[in-house]
Amino acid sequence: MDLKDKLISSFMAFENNVDVEHPVHDVRMAAIKNFEEKGFPSKKEEAWKYTSLNSLQKIDFSIFPKEENALEYKDVKRYFIHEIDTYKIVFVDGIYSSYLSETTHDGVDICLMSAALTKPMYKQVIDVYFNKIASKDESLTSLNTAFSREGAYIYIPKNKMPKKPIEILHFSTGNEASLLLQPRNLIIVEENAEVQIIERHQSLTSNDILTNAVTEIFAAKSAIVDFYKIQNDNETASLIDNTYIDQKDKSLVKVHTFSFGGKLIRNNLNFYQNGEYIDSTMKGVTILGEKQHVDHHTLVHHIEPNCESHQDYKGIYGDASTGVFNGKIIVDKIAQKTNAFQQNNNILISDKASINTKPQLEIFADDVKCSHGCTIGQLDEDALFYLQSRGIPQKEARALLMYAFANNVLSSVRIPELKTRINKLIAKKLGVNLGFDL
Amino acid sequence: MLKIKDLHASVDDKEILRGINLEVKAGEVHAIMGPNGSGKSTLASVIAGNERFEVTQGSIELSGEDLEEVSPEERAHKGVFLSFQYPVEIPGVSVTNFMKTAINESRKAKGLEDMPAKDMLKLIREKSELLEIDRKFLSRSLNEGFSGGEKKRNEIFQMAMLEPKVAILDETDSGLDIDALRIVASGVNKLKSKDNAVILITHYQRLLEYIVPDFVHVLHNGKIVKSGGKELALELEEKGYDWLKQETAV
Repeated sequence: MDLKDKLISSFMAFENNVDVEHPVHDVRMAAIKNFEEKGFPSKKEEAWKYTSLNSLQKIDFSIFPKEENALEYKDVKRYFIHEIDTYKIVFVDGIYSSYLSETTHDGVDICLMSAALTKPMYKQVIDVYFNKIASKDESLTSLNTAFSREGAYIYIPKNKMPKKPIEILHFSTGNEASLLLQPRNLIIVEENAEVQIIERHQSLTSNDILTNAVTEIFAAKSAIVDFYKIQNDNETASLIDNTYIDQKDKSLVKVHTFSFGGKLIRNNLNFYQNGEYIDSTMKGVTILGEKQHVDHHTLVHHIEPNCESHQDYKGIYGDASTGVFNGKIIVDKIAQKTNAFQQNNNILISDKASINTKPQLEIFADDVKCSHGCTIGQLDEDALFYLQSRGIPQKEARALLMYAFANNVLSSVRIPELKTRINKLIAKKLGVNLGFDL
Repeated sequence: MLKIKDLHASVDDKEILRGINLEVKAGEVHAIMGPNGSGKSTLASVIAGNERFEVTQGSIELSGEDLEEVSPEERAHKGVFLSFQYPVEIPGVSVTNFMKTAINESRKAKGLEDMPAKDMLKLIREKSELLEIDRKFLSRSLNEGFSGGEKKRNEIFQMAMLEPKVAILDETDSGLDIDALRIVASGVNKLKSKDNAVILITHYQRLLEYIVPDFVHVLHNGKIVKSGGKELALELEEKGYDWLKQETAV
């Protein structure tokens, strides 16, 4: 049985464990129907031209984790930004770990999707927001919607800001031979509220893991959202991340994506600007080696006038790694005075590495500023000589230059301890001790 | 200290240096002047070991050792320093961290331990005062957003930190206003000793009023066509370089 058939037949088993009378279940049923019609995307589709899911579909994934596998904090501490106090929503093999988590209902809700999808007190919010910005057409998002049951639920009321950043962590332990995880997150940030979120998927096993995640973010008027995605998984873990962001007037949403590891990563990052004077920022640092593959697909839909979007993705590709950057910007006819900027710069440090980069601009308004630029190159030889002439050996000089190349994306990271951590990950990924603490 | 014999160098099969002979002894200051495109910057780059240029003939010796097979970083460890005409920007790496890396790499090459943090800070303080560099400046990313003058002053600060045997200053005076020029020149003068040597590469005589050379050489078409004392610089200032072109054409 192939993975698609297995998923469809598993849906019935899934129905035995959820409340089929709840209105959300109608949404799930519509979603499984869409997935059944479309199946997994293939390379024949333009959006999946450079990323094949064929080999993943051959793996016999378990659809449901059996039981919680307990983890000791000391064993996974390094995956947290443990230098600072944070709220934590932690899942182990897809199951909530109350032991590792720190949730709250004190003025804000930082808790679980399973509670939000079942308890009456959340019903009103769920009715308004659940699956409202996520695509009903895209098959992998539908697949997640069909099986949506668990994930992070964050609700920040008007004028509030949680006392500390929120970490969402997904660990997989290898309890099952191979496991498919489908976390579903819902994040609502009301008017003039603010939140900082750090998300990480971490496999602790050499067994195959495939995560198909969907996150919906709603940023109301003047809301501020900082979302940081750390993707530094091991070589048997793959991730398809589908993030949908709805922004209202004057809201400010920044998503940083740090892709340093994993077998296959596909980031579908979609911004919808449903208001004026909105700022959307997407930044990415990708450093890959071996046969790793990362595919960044961004979409910014400028629906109303006077908004801005900024995209800055930097990639360093070594060994036989492959990268994709596809940045789509749509400017509707009424979205005058739009400023949309997109930049994708890449360095290939091996003959076998490759990158496919493609800007895709669809502009229907006539009074807009849109720019895009992509570069693929090697390290600047003059810069290399400059560093060597100061006594820095070539290997370290190369690393320092790559570090500098990636570093300017970090200037907008607003949590200093996170910035330090990312800096260290970059230095480690580049394989060099730079002789000072970053 | 530095002995250059019949040096020929080319880039992309185009010969730029066509037989340079130059000997620089410890304690000396040499100025190399010449019109644009005469090969001044190439000579500086070749001495520092830039692999973009191919040495096709001749040799460079530092304290009796042939530098032919020596990498740029090893030359730096042996005491060659080049102050760049166009220093490179390194975002995300502060001036302080860059100098720590450079000094400790050099120490590592000599089999020494890293310099203790306390000594490093003291050294940085001392040398930054010498060049009237503000502490805040040291925590900025290397050369990023620096003005032309700040870049040059930072180059000489690096020279002060690394204490080279032979320092080559490539057009360090260009882009400097008169105050910055005075500070840079006084820094270089304080660093000068009987054990090191300085090679000034410049277009104009202006810098030589502040750092007085023992010898002046005129480079033209990849060759030293005239050498003399400091008065040669004045003569060049007065007459320009046109007479040279005529003279060599004859």
